[in-house]
Amino acid sequence: MSTFIELFAYEFFQKAFLAAIFASISCGIVGSYIVSRRIVFISGGITHASFGGIGLAFLLGFNPLVGAVIFAVGAALGIQFITTVAKVREDSSIAIFWSFGMALGIIFVFMTPGYTPNLMSYLFGNILTVTISELIWMFVLNVVIIFFFSVFFRKILYIAFDEEFARAAGLPVALFNYLTITLIALTVVLNIRVVGIILILSLLTIPQATANLFTNNFKNLLILSSVIAFLGTMAGLFISYFMDIPSGATIIFTLVVVFAITRLYKHFF
Amino acid sequence: MEPLIKIQNLTLGYDKVPVLQNVNLEIYENDFLGVIGPNGGGKTTLLKAILGLLKPMSGKILFRKDINGQKKPIGYLPQVKHMDRNFPITVFDVVRSGSLMKNTKSVTEADIRKKTEELLVEMGIANIRNKAIGELSGGQMQRVFLCRALLSDPKILILDEPDTFVDNRFEGELYEKLRLLNNHMAIVLVSHDVGTISTYVKTIACVNSELHYHPNNIITQEQLNSYNCPIKLITHGEIPHTVLKHHH
Repeated sequence: MSTFIELFAYEFFQKAFLAAIFASISCGIVGSYIVSRRIVFISGGITHASFGGIGLAFLLGFNPLVGAVIFAVGAALGIQFITTVAKVREDSSIAIFWSFGMALGIIFVFMTPGYTPNLMSYLFGNILTVTISELIWMFVLNVVIIFFFSVFFRKILYIAFDEEFARAAGLPVALFNYLTITLIALTVVLNIRVVGIILILSLLTIPQATANLFTNNFKNLLILSSVIAFLGTMAGLFISYFMDIPSGATIIFTLVVVFAITRLYKHFF
Repeated sequence: MEPLIKIQNLTLGYDKVPVLQNVNLEIYENDFLGVIGPNGGGKTTLLKAILGLLKPMSGKILFRKDINGQKKPIGYLPQVKHMDRNFPITVFDVVRSGSLMKNTKSVTEADIRKKTEELLVEMGIANIRNKAIGELSGGQMQRVFLCRALLSDPKILILDEPDTFVDNRFEGELYEKLRLLNNHMAIVLVSHDVGTISTYVKTIACVNSELHYHPNNIITQEQLNSYNCPIKLITHGEIPHTVLKHHH
């Protein structure tokens, strides 16, 4: 037990602890929305498209997260736009943005002179190397998400459940859809450092699936998902530290094991 | 008497292809209008236009002055089969969402909760208020959505195929309930089951790329044919074939 507490004396671990809290709240809330509304595939598209921005940032030498934000938000709005306005089938337009972003990223990284040492930490995440400025941005995102979901809680819920009814009632459904998809893009990008592009979808879906086994109330789902995400992330963090294995992958592994055990328990008891 | 809704020379369609042309229709207080017609004939399209979900290609839908505004006092019960039954939402929250249709801003949260509770009791579903909608039977589901539609005290209640996926017993209860509601609101009921609805409705509109209004609920196969409305007057179950006569 003392070893656990000693870990908190290290600055890198304090930062990782804060990152785990921020990631769990943002992914818990936004992920519950994604899962309930069945837009996991869109979220995957946005996530992978952001790799193009990271590649461009490597090539031109600016902050990769800035590049990722631009590409993620661009893909989010782009998918929404070409689906509704240009009438391209939604799953096809997602696949277009998904693969185009990845392709651009690969081209940009290839064109970048020299070795790109941090590339792996963007693809697979490393919560132990999160910086102070990244933590500040994660904190700001959490404030925005909590504010947005508490002020507009009912409107978000009703639009997600029955969009047609909400439109008939005169709610600004299109505006809400653009806002929520932008929040999804920002959540994805700011949590890339925790588990990476390849694995971020798991933080947005697995804790939610686990929480959904206990509750069918949307508000409780938001809270319980965040708690489960936090417990899983911390457990994964400790395991990865003591076994000296990659943190991102260990966190996902822990989340899946927790889900599987819970599901089996629910089945038998 | 001025109609609640007055539809004039309305043409509706998608992507510039008309589905329903030159519709003229007036809906008055205490009307009970059955809308029948084949699938793809434009029944749902007409409802969408009345709800403001679809812009007319031409023509007008006029609401009576006192109910005209951004939010119209319409209660809407959609086709339940289009609902995501796995969505994590409770019965209470679904019914409560009917408050979106409320016109006044002065309604308090406490008022909404009280009204929601009252409706749940009235419909006999108060005991399942905390259940997820995925756990409900077809009949319970239908009642939940009827409660949602009624929460805003509508002047007009619009129901899209409320008899699908509902067992016979609840179907009868539903229509009896509608008959009572009809005392203080107009009802527009879309159905493919002309036999059942003609027992309850007062007037009938046949919709099949055009709309033919029939000012009573006695309709014959010959009339349907002349309306170019390819519907068979078939009834099933315990409903007698003579339902087309007025029912007191």
